[in-house]
Amino acid sequence: MQTPAPVDYARAHSVDEALDMLERYGPDSRLIAGGHSLIPMMRLRIAQPERVIDINDLHDLDYIRAISTADANYLAIGAMTRHRTVLASPVIGEHYAILHDAERVIADPIVRNRGTVGGSLCQADPAEDLTAVLSALRADAVISSRNGSRTVPVRELGDGPYQTVLDDAEILTEVRIPIRPGVGSAYQKVERRTGDWAVAAVGAYLVLDGDTVRDVGIGMAALGAEHGCAPDAEEYLRGHELTADAIEEAGRLAAAACHPSADQRGPVAYKRHLADELTRRALRRAADRAQGRI
Amino acid sequence: MQDRDQPGRSPDEPQRRAVHITVNGVEHVGDVEPRLLLVHYLRNTLGLRGTHWGCDTSQCGTCVAWLDDEPVKTCTVLAVMADGHRVRTVEGLAGNGKLDPVQEAFMAEHGLQCGFCTPGMMMTARHLLDHNPDPDEATIREAISGQICRCTGYENIVRAVRHAAGHPSQPSGRAAADPATDGASTVVGEPSQEVPA
Repeated sequence: MQTPAPVDYARAHSVDEALDMLERYGPDSRLIAGGHSLIPMMRLRIAQPERVIDINDLHDLDYIRAISTADANYLAIGAMTRHRTVLASPVIGEHYAILHDAERVIADPIVRNRGTVGGSLCQADPAEDLTAVLSALRADAVISSRNGSRTVPVRELGDGPYQTVLDDAEILTEVRIPIRPGVGSAYQKVERRTGDWAVAAVGAYLVLDGDTVRDVGIGMAALGAEHGCAPDAEEYLRGHELTADAIEEAGRLAAAACHPSADQRGPVAYKRHLADELTRRALRRAADRAQGRI
Repeated sequence: MQDRDQPGRSPDEPQRRAVHITVNGVEHVGDVEPRLLLVHYLRNTLGLRGTHWGCDTSQCGTCVAWLDDEPVKTCTVLAVMADGHRVRTVEGLAGNGKLDPVQEAFMAEHGLQCGFCTPGMMMTARHLLDHNPDPDEATIREAISGQICRCTGYENIVRAVRHAAGHPSQPSGRAAADPATDGASTVVGEPSQEVPA
């Protein structure tokens, strides 16, 4: 039997209360949301926080909104939004099919009932799907502390495996995804079985003008790419006609941006091959969606 | 809240937390170590051993019960996180002396061999049918995709869920598990259970 080490428990009822608790209890306390990453790590004693601060009562961070004002046009997803809510959201599906592609293959339906968007991002697992998706989409993370809030691009949220740039007394409260009219997007993941982490995964969005790429983003999971993205492939595609040859070159450039590790999920060469192939598939599917073919 | 700060306590006296959890319509009041997992609270503290404890790593799904109105893997929820919430276990499926249609269907279609995965499968099936009374095979397979049957009896499990969809006899047992209609009873002062080291 795996049992967590002794731990204290506190329950926060608001963001302010959670921030106060983080301040009061210090760096040996951990926020717990869905708990589907933290509790297994506590059972294995990889994580031994002195105290967990339960934020499941922060219902005001459970929302999906389209924000359209004179100087802002984005989807806002609260950090406590559960995976199943994202998967069921018509607003998400209308703007970004990539998120539904990804949510269908994140863990399993029971785990998705508990797991949260903010928890996934802050766990910062190198194979985590939403981080790759939101990196592809150039989303921003809103981070709150007692001194106010700051915004960090999701591409810069990670600070190494299982580490983020959040300070001990900060909470990720919201994710903002720019709304891009005419966008097509897709996520492609290879996993060994339902619920497993990715062997490799690639997400992409495209905004096309005829066949010319106006805007593009490519994010990758489990592939050891810096910031989880493929800037050379993006740079190459921007302004380029999206021919079969261009898609092939983008796949090659994306694979070159990867530094995968060999592990039980496969050797380096296989993962690099997947980076190439999945980039091409994600781009083709994103283009099909942008052009209304599917 | 502040009373949880106990600087003088020794490691032999782990912090305990009062919890008030409604399980299958019955209110339970007691105190637990915060590290106690919900599955062990149900099985060892309350003696509700219908919820099985399997892989310990949220992979197998035999420990699935409902937290409020949704199936969760109870090996990955701390009991203290269920404080103030409702839990429904496999013992809460039957009501008014009648088995739930899902239970009847698992018997009718031989939806189990060793029976180890069965409680979790049935709790997921009940939830699915409450939200989708006529699911197709792909929907059923997706719903149970986070749960493992090592007898590989998936064919019969899927058939059982289809069978239950076709025989939705009333009452489903849902009413009996609802404290609003059942008149919740209260159990105070549960015998406390230490966390096995």
